[in-house]
This record gives sequence, structure tokens and C-alpha cells, in this order.
Amino acid sequence: MRPAIQIEDLTVAYGDTPVLWDVDLEVPSGVLAAVVGPNGAGKTTLMKAILRLVEPAAGRVLVEGKPYAEQRRLVGYVPQRGSIDWDFPTTVLDVVTMGRYGELGLFRRPGRRERDLAMEALAEVGMADLADRHISRLSGGQQQRVFLARAIVQDARVYLMDEPFQGVDATTERAIVRLLRDFRRAGKTVIVVHHDLQTVEEYFDWVTLLNVRVVAAGPVQEVFDEENLRATYGGRIAFAAPGGPPGDA
Amino acid sequence: MDLLGWWSDYTLRTVALGTATIGATAGVLGSFAVLRRQSLLGDTISHAALPGIALAFLLTGTKALPVLIAGAAVAGWLGARAAGGLTSVTRLKSDAALGVVLSVFFGFGLMLLTFIQRRPDATQAGLDTFLFGQAAALLQRDVVAMAAVGAAAVSLVALFWKEIKVQTFDPGFAASIGLPVARLDLLVTTLLVAAIVIGLESVGVVLMSALVVAPAAAARQWTDHLSGMVVLAAAFGAVSGASGALISASARHLPTGPVVVLCASLIVVVSLLAAPARGVVIRRARDRRARRRFGTRAVLSDLYALARQHDDPEHAHAAAVLEAMSGGRSGVRGDLEELERRGMARRAGDDGWFITDAGRARAERELEETS
Repeated sequence: MRPAIQIEDLTVAYGDTPVLWDVDLEVPSGVLAAVVGPNGAGKTTLMKAILRLVEPAAGRVLVEGKPYAEQRRLVGYVPQRGSIDWDFPTTVLDVVTMGRYGELGLFRRPGRRERDLAMEALAEVGMADLADRHISRLSGGQQQRVFLARAIVQDARVYLMDEPFQGVDATTERAIVRLLRDFRRAGKTVIVVHHDLQTVEEYFDWVTLLNVRVVAAGPVQEVFDEENLRATYGGRIAFAAPGGPPGDA
Repeated sequence: MDLLGWWSDYTLRTVALGTATIGATAGVLGSFAVLRRQSLLGDTISHAALPGIALAFLLTGTKALPVLIAGAAVAGWLGARAAGGLTSVTRLKSDAALGVVLSVFFGFGLMLLTFIQRRPDATQAGLDTFLFGQAAALLQRDVVAMAAVGAAAVSLVALFWKEIKVQTFDPGFAASIGLPVARLDLLVTTLLVAAIVIGLESVGVVLMSALVVAPAAAARQWTDHLSGMVVLAAAFGAVSGASGALISASARHLPTGPVVVLCASLIVVVSLLAAPARGVVIRRARDRRARRRFGTRAVLSDLYALARQHDDPEHAHAAAVLEAMSGGRSGVRGDLEELERRGMARRAGDDGWFITDAGRARAERELEETS
């Protein structure tokens, strides 16, 4: 089976500072993959470079074996919740419907079908009763679930999610995990920028340890160990020994 | 020139229709500028248009409005692009880039204007009306042309509605679903330039941006829907434009721009204060009600706690005791009076209070709910 994402020699620089350096990465199809690394490791940039939201200095990205530009439709993106203005005048349902815009194409307006799909997705994330609510009157977790519902209606094969677990409540965390597993069952691939090292082993099958370069990438059981974590975080890290209880430092 | 002499209702109608068109178009495009946090962009475009007007006059020797406006459009558009270019090439932040472009273009424009007015052949050009606007000079054919440009701009917004909406709301996501975000951005900027330049003769380069920002900012206060905001901004813009022009037309030598700004500002102030949900007045009142509600609740539960320590249900406690129990919060007496009005507390003697049966029942219910 072709890998969901293949990245070859990817380098991104802002000015003369490299943010990602010579990144090679293969994420197999159908896995839940975490991308972890310290602040400034280039995790968000990696997402944006895959999506061509930033122009890489070098390298290429293949999605299911073909260049990203040809496969755009297969890839869904869940940006960081904090990247947008939640005071924008629109409702929950409207934001979720935006997940269909790519499929609709230019000029066509969303109709009943799009509305129904959006309502289904909202029900899946437990937000059906908030469909008509203005987005500024949502908690952080609810905002995140709106983004996830938008991703659901997009019906992509590969999802890139930027810190979906950041600052959410327990209900939302459970909803996200359930959704990730649903996606995996449906054969989708999800790549998640993740901060909480404690939950990597529980939530994900695959992990990429990133700090400008790829330190290690592979199945969680094989590469998520103390040595690689130290190499990634430079020894300034409190983490759980794999399989063991949370450690102090 | 005797202004009042040649005015007729017909002229006033032309002026009102023209400035209403300007205001409506600016309101629609201004909504997107405001939501994109590009309120300053309108200011830069309108100021940057000035050298375009002067150069168009110098190159063609004509004062025909379409020619001058075309010059304004080119310069305004270049100004907007220059600001965008500065942010991507240099380390300037967007507001600084906009400021730099504004002052450079505007300064150049003023220089050209001075040069034109000093020329011996001085038809005096009358170009200085472009600074603060003179709606009274509007001709019917100008209004028809402006309406055509405005209608075209608004139609394009309607045509690309969902694309512009998603790109304004979440540009990263918009790009990820394959929307041509750079071209959409260019489209919106170009339409904003069009909306601005058609208003320059009537409202002036200095204050035209008020018609871009003010109606949109006011409209945002009244609605939580993008379509509602855009329609309302168009209406506010039309009203500001028309009323400003009519007022300035009815007074001698009163430039239109400042009056339009005053009208638009009035709408903004009323909206900021009085709009439901977002208005300052309503929010204050709601906060006060909420504080009062929490206050009376706390006092009621204190009264209840005191009553349980005494066998006599009508044993009164001094207000000072209740104040002490609430940590010296002011407003405890007001809360007591509120409870008295609602029949949950009663006064005994000068400064004593006790809880009534109704109050007791209410306090028990609230205790259950919170436990």
C-alpha cells in the first residue's frame, strides 16, 4: 500500500533561519500519527509546508504517491483554533458547512444536502443543539469540535490537525479521540501535532519526533523512547518512561 | 460662485443618490476590510489615490471625472499593492507599511496639487475639492457611472460570496481546500479600490475611509451574521453618504467629507452604545443585573444560615453583620432592599433584617440546586 504522505528533502526557511531542515518522512496509510517536538521545532510549519501554505525552499510532498497539487482534494486541514477570529459574524452550522466548499466548487451555493451533512457531523461531535449558535459564544472545546465537524464533512482521506487537543476540556478530548479512531477504522490517515507526551502511546500508532530535523519516526512502540525524546527536547524534558507511570523530570 | 442659485430639487436628488451609492458600496466592501482587520487599508488607498488624480490631470489636461477617477484607481491600487509588497519583502508590519505608503503617496499628491495650482494657466483645476470632497459638483452622468461601478463591485462580491467569506474567516483552511486565495485577495482589494475611488470627488481622499470603516463597524454591533452585517453596512453607508451630502449641500462652502463623517460617526456611536447583545449600555445593564442577582443570592443564603442558628424565626440581624459575612462588599443593603421587595426578607426595627418563609424556601431550593 502506498504511504499516505511522503516527504522528501523538505527544507523551509524564514529569512535565513531554517525552520525545517532536510525533512524526510513517510507516514503509512491508515495510521494515527503524532508529530511531537519542542516549541519552535517546526511542527506547524511542517503542516503548512505539506499544504503549501508556506513555500518550501526545497523538497517535495507526495500524497498517496502523487504530488500534493494533484491530490489536494484528499487532504483535510484542521488549523490551530487560535489562528482565526472567533468573533467573526457566523454560526456553528455555517462554519461546518464550509467543509463542503471545496467539493461544491466556484459559484455553487450550499443547499439542503450540505446542511444535512453538516448537521450529521455536528451530531457526531455532540454539538447538534448548538448549530445555530454564534461562534463567539462557544467554549474552547466547543470551538475545537466545530473545526472537527468541518473536517468530518470534508470527507478527506488524509487529515492534518494542528494541536486539536490544545486547551480543551475532557469531553472534547474524548470526542477527539473517538473521532480519530473512527477515522482510522474508515481507513483514513490522521497526522496530529501533539503536545501532551503522556498520551502519545495511548492515542497514536505512529510518531514523528521533530526538532527542525526529524529525530525519529516510526511506530510508537519502536521509536517513542527516552533516548529519542532526549534527542528531540535536548534533555530539558519531563516525560513518562514508555510504559511506565509519569516521571518527574 | 453662487452655489444656492443653481440648485434645484433635481440637483439635490442627484447628489443624494450619488452619495448614497458611494456609501452603500463602501459599506459592503468595508465590511470585509473590517473583518480582515484591514481598516487602515481603506485609508491608505484613498490617500494614495491623490497623486493619481493629479497626474491624470497633468497628463491629459482634462478635468473629466472618469479620467481623474481612473488615475485615482491606478494610484490607489498601486498603493495597496505596494503596502502588501512592503510587508512581504521587508520586516515592516502591515500597519507600518500602510502608514509609509499613505504618507509617501499623499505627500507626493499634495506636492503635485500645489504645483498644478501655481501654474500660470491655472484653470485652478478645482482639484483641491478632492481633498475634502464636494458632492454638490456631482453630475447625473457621474452618478450613473458611479452606480455602474458600485453595482459591478457588489455583484462580484455576491458571485464569490462563499469564497470571500471562507477566505476572510479562515485563510489557511480556504487555501487548503484549493481556493485561489491570492487571487481572491487581489479581487477584494481591487473591489475596495473601486468602492473608494468612486467616492473621492464627493467625500474626498482625506475622509473617504470613514465611509469604509464606520458603517461596517456599526453594522457589526447589530448582527451576528455576515450577510446581515453586509446589508446593514450598505444601508448605514447609504444613509451617511446621502444625509452628509444633503447637509453639506444646504450650507455654503461646507465640504462634504467632514459632514459625511459626522453622520457616519453618529451611527457608530449609537450602535456601540445601544445595539442589543453587543451595545455598551445593554452589556452594562446585564452585568449589573447579574451582579445584583449573585449579590441577593449570597445575602439570602447568609440570612438563611443566620436563621438556622436561632430558634426565633423572626430574630433580626443587623445589616452590618450581613455586610461582614459578605466580606465587606458594598451593595449588601441594596440587596436586602431588593429581597424585601421580592418578599424574601423583612425589616425589623431600624437596622435589623430576617428571612421570610418565602425566602427560606427559595434559599433551600438554591442550596439543593448547587449541591
